[in-house]
Amino acid sequence: MMILSGDPPRSRALSLILIAIVVVLAITPFVFPGAKPLNVAAKICIFAALVASYDLLLGYTGTVSFAHTMFYGIGSYAVAIALYGMGPSWAAVATGIVIGLPLAALLALGIGLFSLRVEAIFFAMITLAVASAFLVLASQLSWLTGGEDGRSFSLPELLRPGTVFIKDLFGVRINGRILTYYIILVGCAAMILGLLRVVNSPFGRVLQAVRENRFRAEALGYRTVFHLTYANVLAALVAASAGVLNAMWLRYAGPDTSLSFSIMLDILLMVVIGGMGTIYGAIIGATIFILAQNYLQALMGAASNAAAEAGLPLLPGLLHPDRWLLWLGLLFVASVYFFPTGVVGRLRGAPKPAE
Amino acid sequence: MTDLLTLEGVHTNIGRYHILQGVDFVVPEGKTTMLLGRNGAGKTTTLRTIMALWPASQGQIAFAGRRIEAMATPDIARLGIGYVPESMAVFSDLTVKENLILAAREQAMDTARLDWIFGFFPALRKFWLSRAGSLSGGQKQMLSIARAIVEPRKLLLIDEPTKGLAPAIIGSLIECFAEIKRSGATILLVEQNFHVAQQIGDSVLVMDNGMIVHRGDMAELASDIPLQERLLGLSLEAHQ
Repeated sequence: MMILSGDPPRSRALSLILIAIVVVLAITPFVFPGAKPLNVAAKICIFAALVASYDLLLGYTGTVSFAHTMFYGIGSYAVAIALYGMGPSWAAVATGIVIGLPLAALLALGIGLFSLRVEAIFFAMITLAVASAFLVLASQLSWLTGGEDGRSFSLPELLRPGTVFIKDLFGVRINGRILTYYIILVGCAAMILGLLRVVNSPFGRVLQAVRENRFRAEALGYRTVFHLTYANVLAALVAASAGVLNAMWLRYAGPDTSLSFSIMLDILLMVVIGGMGTIYGAIIGATIFILAQNYLQALMGAASNAAAEAGLPLLPGLLHPDRWLLWLGLLFVASVYFFPTGVVGRLRGAPKPAE
Repeated sequence: MTDLLTLEGVHTNIGRYHILQGVDFVVPEGKTTMLLGRNGAGKTTTLRTIMALWPASQGQIAFAGRRIEAMATPDIARLGIGYVPESMAVFSDLTVKENLILAAREQAMDTARLDWIFGFFPALRKFWLSRAGSLSGGQKQMLSIARAIVEPRKLLLIDEPTKGLAPAIIGSLIECFAEIKRSGATILLVEQNFHVAQQIGDSVLVMDNGMIVHRGDMAELASDIPLQERLLGLSLEAHQ
C-alpha cells in the first residue's frame, strides 16, 4: 500500500486488470518474440507515464494544456541532439537530460506564471500558441533539429541490440535492446508511482480543491496560481522524461514522433478513456489505445476474411482492414458514451451516499 | 472594545452593475454582528468584497488596523479571516477529513479542537472518511462551518448558514454559533432568518440598495416591532 501512496485501485476488477497489464509488460520480451510486441509494450509504458502526467493537469486541476507534447518533444530532442552531436556516450545522454528537463521546467514555469492567473481558456490558448511556435521552430532550425527529417542517433554501446549480456535466457537473447526496454519500464513505473505520491499528498489535495472551486481554495488561504504552476512544471518534467525515454527507444527524434498535435489528441483520448483524475486511468487508457492502434487493423483483416469465408453479406466490407480508423473512432465514441467517467470510474462504481 | 474590521465608503462594481454604493460599518472585536437585508441588498457582495473575491472599486477596508482592500484573497485569509460562503460550499471530491485538513493549511489539526467541533456536529465524526459530496445538505453546511473554525480565526465571515436547512439542523447551528461566540470569536454573519439572527447577534447592520441603512444593538431591534417592519418588512414591499 505504501508504494501506491495509500491510494489503491479500489476495485477488484481494476486491480486485476492493472496487475495483468504490469505482468504482461514485465514478461513481454520472454513471451511475445519479435520487434513489434516489444515496440508496442515500450510505447504503452512511455505513453502511460506521459498520459499520467497530463492527468495531473487535466484530471487533478482541470487545466487544459495543448503544450504537453512540446515538453515531450523537448525531452526527445534534447537527448537526440546531444547524442547526435556528442556521439553515443553516457555523457551525451546526461547532457541531454541536464539540458532538456530544466528547459521544459523553465518553459512550464514561464507559461504558468504568465497565464495561469487568468481564465482557463486563456491558458489553453497560450499553450496552443507556444506549442505551435515550438513545432515550427523544430521544423525550421534544421541545422540543430534536422528539420522535418528529425535526428537519428546511436545509443551508448551498452544499450545497442548488438551488445549481448546473456545468450539464452528462457529462449531469449538478453541484449542492449532488452536492457533499454527494462530501463523504460522501470523509469515509467517510477514516474507513475511518483505522480501517485504527488496527487495523494497535501499538495494534491489543494489541486483537487482548485479543480472544484478555485476561489473557494483561495478563500482558505491558498495561492492557487503557485499550486497550478507547480503542477504544470511537474507535469512538464515527467513529459520531458517520457520524451527522453521515447527518443532512446526509437533512436530518433522528429516532429511526427514527438511534437505533432496528433500525439496531443491521442493523449487527450487516452486520459478520457482511462478516466480523468485517477492516474491509474493513464495505464488503462494507454494500453487500450495503443493496442487498438497497433492490432485493430490486423484483427479486422482476420474478421473480414472469416466473414467472407462464412459467406456473410455486408460484414466483409464493413470489417475491411482499410476501415480500421472508422472503427477506432466508433470505439472511442462508444467508450466515452458508455464510460463517461472512464474505465477506472466505471470499474470503481458510483460513490455511495453517506446517509 | 476595539474595532476588528472597518469598512469606509466601500463601492463594488460587478460588470456594469454598481452593487455596493458606499458601505460603512465596523465589526467590534469579540462580538457577533448580524448583516441583514432583503435579497439583492448587497450582503453577499459585502462579504466577497472583504475577501477580495470581488475587488472594491472605491473605499477602504481595514482588518486589525491593516488596510486589506488591495490585498489578494489568499493573503487576506492568511491574516486570520475564515470565510463560509453560502450554498454549502464544500469540496465534494474530498473526504470530510481532507476538507478539514485543507482548511488547517500546513498545520496539523488540533485533536482537542476537533473534538470540540464534533461536539456540535457529531455527523462529521461519523462520516469522517466519506466524500463530502455524498453528505446531506445539512451535513455539508456543518462541514463548511467546521472548515472555518478548525483553526482559531480572528474573524469569521459567514454567509446565510441556515439557508435551505431543516429546523432541527438550524437549532444545532445556533448552538454552535453560541459556543463559538463564547470562545471569544468575532463574527460577521449574513442571515435572512430574523428569528435566528436575534438569537445570535450582539449588534445588527441592515443593508438596502448597497448601503447600510440601520446600525444598532440586536436587542433593541428585536424588541422594536415597528422598526423591524420599517427596516425589513417595508424594505421588502418597496422593492416588490
